[in-house]
Amino acid sequence: MKPFVVEKAQAGQWLKDLCDTFDIFAPLPSIKGYHDWQRWDGSNLPVVRKGVPKSSIKAFFFPQPEVLFQFNARASNPDAFRLKEPTCHPKPKILFGVRPCDARSVILNSIPYKSDPYFQRKKEEIAIIGFLCEEGCSTCFCKWTGGSPVGKEGMDIAVIDLGQVFHIEVLSDKGEALVRPQFFREPADQEISEAKDLITKAQGQTLEQDAASSLRSKELMKLYNAPFWGKISEPCINCGTCTFLCPTCYCFDIQDETLRGKGRRIRYWDSCMFPLFTQHASGHNPRGDKLKRVRNRFMHKLKYFPDRFGPLSCVGCGRCVRECPVNIDIRQVLKDLLAT
Amino acid sequence: MLLDVLEEVMMNPYLPYPAVIDDIVVETEDGNLKTFRIVLENKTDRDKWNHTPGQFAMLSVAGKGEIPIGIASSPTEKGHLLFTVNRAGVVTTALHKMDIGDPIGVRGPLGNGFPVKSDLKGKNIVIIAGGFAFTTLRATLIYMLEHRNDYGNITVIYGARTPGMLLYKEELKQWEARDDLDVYITVDREAPGWDGLVGFVPTIAGQVKPSPENGAALICGPPIMIKFTMPPLEEVGWKDNQVYLSLENRMKCGIGICGHCNVGPVYVCKDGPVFTRQEVQKLPVEF
Amino acid sequence: MSSLNQKITQEIQSIAASMLESGQVAAFLGYTTGTIPGVMQPFVARNAQDAKRLCWNSFCVLNLANYLPSLLKSLEPPRRRGEPPPEGPLPKVGVLATGCWSRNIAVQIQENQVERQRVVIVGISSRGMISRRKLETAVGYKEIVHIEEQDNSLLVKGNDFEDTINRWDVVRDNCQTCIHPDPVIYDELIGTLNGNRKIPDRFRQVEKIETLSTDERWQWFNNEIASCIRCYACRNACPLCYCPTCFVDDSRPQWVGKSIEPADTALFHILRAYHCAGRCTDCGSCESVCPMGIRMRLFTKKLQKDVLELYDFEPGLDLDTPLPLSTYKIDDPEDFILTHIKKGDKK
Repeated sequence: MKPFVVEKAQAGQWLKDLCDTFDIFAPLPSIKGYHDWQRWDGSNLPVVRKGVPKSSIKAFFFPQPEVLFQFNARASNPDAFRLKEPTCHPKPKILFGVRPCDARSVILNSIPYKSDPYFQRKKEEIAIIGFLCEEGCSTCFCKWTGGSPVGKEGMDIAVIDLGQVFHIEVLSDKGEALVRPQFFREPADQEISEAKDLITKAQGQTLEQDAASSLRSKELMKLYNAPFWGKISEPCINCGTCTFLCPTCYCFDIQDETLRGKGRRIRYWDSCMFPLFTQHASGHNPRGDKLKRVRNRFMHKLKYFPDRFGPLSCVGCGRCVRECPVNIDIRQVLKDLLAT
Repeated sequence: MLLDVLEEVMMNPYLPYPAVIDDIVVETEDGNLKTFRIVLENKTDRDKWNHTPGQFAMLSVAGKGEIPIGIASSPTEKGHLLFTVNRAGVVTTALHKMDIGDPIGVRGPLGNGFPVKSDLKGKNIVIIAGGFAFTTLRATLIYMLEHRNDYGNITVIYGARTPGMLLYKEELKQWEARDDLDVYITVDREAPGWDGLVGFVPTIAGQVKPSPENGAALICGPPIMIKFTMPPLEEVGWKDNQVYLSLENRMKCGIGICGHCNVGPVYVCKDGPVFTRQEVQKLPVEF
Repeated sequence: MSSLNQKITQEIQSIAASMLESGQVAAFLGYTTGTIPGVMQPFVARNAQDAKRLCWNSFCVLNLANYLPSLLKSLEPPRRRGEPPPEGPLPKVGVLATGCWSRNIAVQIQENQVERQRVVIVGISSRGMISRRKLETAVGYKEIVHIEEQDNSLLVKGNDFEDTINRWDVVRDNCQTCIHPDPVIYDELIGTLNGNRKIPDRFRQVEKIETLSTDERWQWFNNEIASCIRCYACRNACPLCYCPTCFVDDSRPQWVGKSIEPADTALFHILRAYHCAGRCTDCGSCESVCPMGIRMRLFTKKLQKDVLELYDFEPGLDLDTPLPLSTYKIDDPEDFILTHIKKGDKK
């Protein structure tokens, strides 16, 4: 589709106009200081900082807790214990300022969640205005995972920040519905070439290759039995930081909660790093060992998932690298696996 | 508008069929195993239901949770479903406290089941089970007896710790009386009033020496039983691709998404629970 | 690297190498350089070659005592449940310990999680560890690509900036108010002891919150934990949290819901803080590992203040003073127990 341009001075108006139909979320300064996803209050145009915000956008696609069903929990009630789907339909959302890695994570997560109506419903209701990356952080490695700093997968509108203006490319019907011609104009030739230059420069920053095909071709048990897992897993404290901040970790647990006659079946994020993740009711725990858990997480993301579906279950956003309290680095694991 | 169409088209795989408990039978002397006969409430659900022996279903106790239980009834037993449940945790304890007439949810059928309509047809079947792992094999056996001509010889080797821990005691007697299958029931140790075989299941398997010729062995039991049953079978020539195992693991969604039940690259709930031993040998031991 | 850190690193490497070579210890717990600036990785050296990777600087924020019980157990020969440990001495572990870490080891010894004769403690007096969060704020959240630590300042470099930051400004809150930087028990000492520090207002952060009204305090507490994602990094990094089944993981009965429902999250933090009362040494690991910037050490700091006022006790200063919350004395203060007030009385 033809690109547009929005003057930054007008962009705030554009977003305000969209506020009637959509709840807009952007990476905004939190009270703790870092930028994180928050509802935009309609005031100043959000400033999209270099790199990714603290959390990924997966909380919009599968929030926690997510109510799967509700039911009446009073035994005397004739309708008791019948599970009913929740019926509320929240306002559709716009996520403004999503980086290519986070946008791509939605595509990756859709694969295992193909038949999950809750995820698919949310996906229908969310439009993504993505911002291409001019420059990556030292912890970014999107190209290694098959992504790109200027990738547009998963975005409905792709924005390139040219300083005074936003260069806008509409990529889907949902994106089309966000266009407001009164704020948009045709790009000048100089702006078109500036955008092209930016893309070329960003693409040329790193020479890394997509590791997926290389990992797919390796023998599974050889990677599983590799000698470096002990060294990698030793400092791990088995918290859920990596799994909960990761855009492509999608495991969950389902529980029933009842309170004063009302019940609900909810799902919430679970982490394969927790020892209880695989514990049977009998007490037997197939992955009771820390090494087994750490190995399983990396094998799933870098071997089992690509074997089954093609791409790595990782977008190279670098959150786990920055936030792991003991600095377990997935890039090191990738290097070790590729060298096996 | 798009949303409405989407809701119509996509069914919710997390929603159980409403059902009711029709009958409860206490199977074992310690009371820890009960067989629940469950009837789906809606006729459309009953008509739609079609399972393969070896598949399982999620039993949903609203307010407590869900548990994956092998379907103990054969698809030829129409109108109801049987589940034999061992009391182990929160949900199974709640289930054991329930009465006939109580509401329950059933989600399924899930998993892959034994290939009774394909690979197992025409073969000589050897069913080996220990303890309360016999449930899905009951479904399989009844299915095969209903389609007796589709299969060759059928041998059943089933053992429990004590006579009181055997499941389906009445049906075992009926099967022993039949002449179109060989049934060997054993208990681990001598017991008063028991005049049948005595010995661990692997020992009996070693004595029976079932022939691997055109054979398929369906083995269900605790991992240690499977481990010790394989040597006597291998000794008489059984190959790994002739042996079918049913794996167990912690499950939540039952449809291969939540990530709990994975054994290496496979999901026990979706790619299993039935695997050939050849497939299992290629997997990490994470079950 | 600063000259002080360089000296300490060399001494650590040589002590560890000699302990491992002589067989005095089977493993040595320390730190090694991380893959990103401002982060160090806890590291177990098991031979003289490994010992060369040991490193020390002001970014060693995780309490090494956290790893001790499991590391000691992993070095024992495998045995079945219920079987007594074998005769004869079991393998030892060498561990680096600053003031608070050594106090936590003392608490672990008192609580029978660690045997004194199985640890060889190499003490180092701490100059205070640097908070990565404070550093991020100090450079305006620009990406830090390189940190050069000098004795009293940090040279912080990014792709398009270079800043010199005063070291003490970015030292962690708990280190700034620490009065016990010296290790309290040790078998070997690196460097010199610097003596206790006098800080009359070391509870100033807590006192500030105490001036708020109850409603304001509740508001403050909820705002503080609002970003909690229940990753349990704080709990897992804490050397006091060694329960085989944590109360949040119990299912029969299920005390706390597992999702990020605010009531459940609040309950988790409140109960965990109370479980640490009288045992927490304010090592700051919990706050340092929290990815969402929650300052949960303020909850335990308040309880530290309470225990000090009520029982005149600071945990881990020696191996003999009994822990107050597992000891009963007839004259224990009771005025925080509300049941002794008759109904209708105003407090």
